[in-house]
Amino acid sequence: MTPALDIENLSVHFAHQHGAIAAVREASLTVRPAECVGIVGESGSGKTQTFMAVMGLLSAGARAAGSVRFEGREILGLRASELNRVRGSKLTMIFQDPMTSLTPHLKIGIQLAEVLVSHSRMSWREAETAALRALERVRVPEARRRLRQYPHELSGGMRQRVMIAMSLLCEPKLLIADEPTTALDVTVQAEIMDILRVMRQESRMAIVLISHDLGLVAGLADRIVVMYGGRVVESAGAADILERAVHPYTAELLKCVPDLRRPRLERMPSLAGQAPSASSAEVGCAFAPRCPLAGERCLSERPLLRHIGGAAHQAACHYPL
Amino acid sequence: MSTVYRLRTNTGAVFALSIIVLLIAVALAGPWFNPNNIESLDWAHVAAYPSLTGAHWFGTDRLGRDLYARTLEGMRVSLAVACVASAISLSVGIAYGAVAGYAGGRWDHLMMRFIEVLSGLPLIFFVIFLTVIFGRSQYLLFLAIGAIGWLTMARIVRGQTLSIRQREFIEAAVASGASTGRIILKHVVPNLLGPVIVYATLTIPQIILFESFLSFLGLGIQEPHASLGTLIAEGAGEMEAAPWMLLVPGGVLATLLVCLNIVGDGLRDAIVGRESAAT
Repeated sequence: MTPALDIENLSVHFAHQHGAIAAVREASLTVRPAECVGIVGESGSGKTQTFMAVMGLLSAGARAAGSVRFEGREILGLRASELNRVRGSKLTMIFQDPMTSLTPHLKIGIQLAEVLVSHSRMSWREAETAALRALERVRVPEARRRLRQYPHELSGGMRQRVMIAMSLLCEPKLLIADEPTTALDVTVQAEIMDILRVMRQESRMAIVLISHDLGLVAGLADRIVVMYGGRVVESAGAADILERAVHPYTAELLKCVPDLRRPRLERMPSLAGQAPSASSAEVGCAFAPRCPLAGERCLSERPLLRHIGGAAHQAACHYPL
Repeated sequence: MSTVYRLRTNTGAVFALSIIVLLIAVALAGPWFNPNNIESLDWAHVAAYPSLTGAHWFGTDRLGRDLYARTLEGMRVSLAVACVASAISLSVGIAYGAVAGYAGGRWDHLMMRFIEVLSGLPLIFFVIFLTVIFGRSQYLLFLAIGAIGWLTMARIVRGQTLSIRQREFIEAAVASGASTGRIILKHVVPNLLGPVIVYATLTIPQIILFESFLSFLGLGIQEPHASLGTLIAEGAGEMEAAPWMLLVPGGVLATLLVCLNIVGDGLRDAIVGRESAAT
């Protein structure tokens, strides 16, 4: 079966006056049809830039190399007009901040209908009916009235639902959700995650869920990919990551997830040290300076991604747990 | 909504706006209430004083032409020049600026340098040049002023576009597969209207002034037609003998300019206030 998304050796560099900055370094990952993959990592680990490259949204100074195949077709480096055949219809993305992701001067109904009119040559009237149905699917109350409202009249959670409705309009094969709940409060977050879960079951689409919150990702993802310093450091089934993480970085991350069942701690555990700078040249393992288990070899030789444990479990570490 | 409200609470701006509306109404409807036209010579009343009871409300010039009729004509011409020239500068300026700002990079660089070259041209020479080549015509005047006016507009629009381009809803529109043209037209341009409207209201008086200046120099509107500028030029020659010939068109021009500027300022306050309240 052709994977929904196949990223191979993707690198993203930003031109800078002191040489190039590497945001993503030779990252490879695969998303199968109808699968939910969680992408986890700290700020600056390259998780967002990886998928910006997939969507053709890299800023002007960025260069991407490698290969990105969507349903078997190479899409990296396509011209905007060619990319637009899938972008927004079969391959969609929702963003971190719903407050600013909707154009302020256009009514919700028009913004939703516009997507359908430009992608499936629907008439405006049909598109509006479809927009109404899409809003009802994501449980927007009083959907008919919302179509006539402007973005500023809706709350943050409501706007994120509108964004989700917009991304689902053309029955996408893959939805990329870039920290979809970071800007929302916790109760709304739970509702948005539930909507994503239901939508996924209904329409059999693949989801990439990007987040720094392992707990959130674990609730939805089948598989989790952990990124660090622009590289994939561990990739396995969600349960394997949570219970049998082999990369010390994943293990440290897991310690940072608060758990009500554990005895209350004096202070929240946090990962010591700094995330690696994207401009520094790489020698050895990027995590070595912060790693409790680092040995001589970690400082001189970069660990490659290899199978550890099961066939579906990969990690890049010399001394896996 | 709140922009209109803010403008309404600004008493000065409302007052100035009503004077402008009144002046425009008089300029358009006035001729029907006046038996005299702009060309007929009244030899019985040459350089007559203004008198509201007489045949000539604002008096006559030294050829016996009715100054009231001519002042209204002047207002119409000045306002028409202002409208046409600002329409040209608006449409060209917005299109050019939005494309330059959105394209960015090398294109932006190239397009902006072109504007700098154009704005380096001395304006008066440019207009004289055009009149020499194409002969004197009203339309040329419209075109020449419009052709200069869009330069600043394009700069302002480009600057605004650069900041709007960074906003997330543009990224979201790109991700939803909208074409570049559609994004510029439907997502960028409507968001720049605020500053553009303010700048346009502030350019209208400048254009009127510039037209009057060109006409004063004899490069603009030609006899028997009148603009406020030509009337003022005529009046300036008779300043000692018939001061009303200078004071009437001069007063009208000054009132119009002051009111337009007050409205422009009020509009800017209203729109800037809205934006600072939103953030």
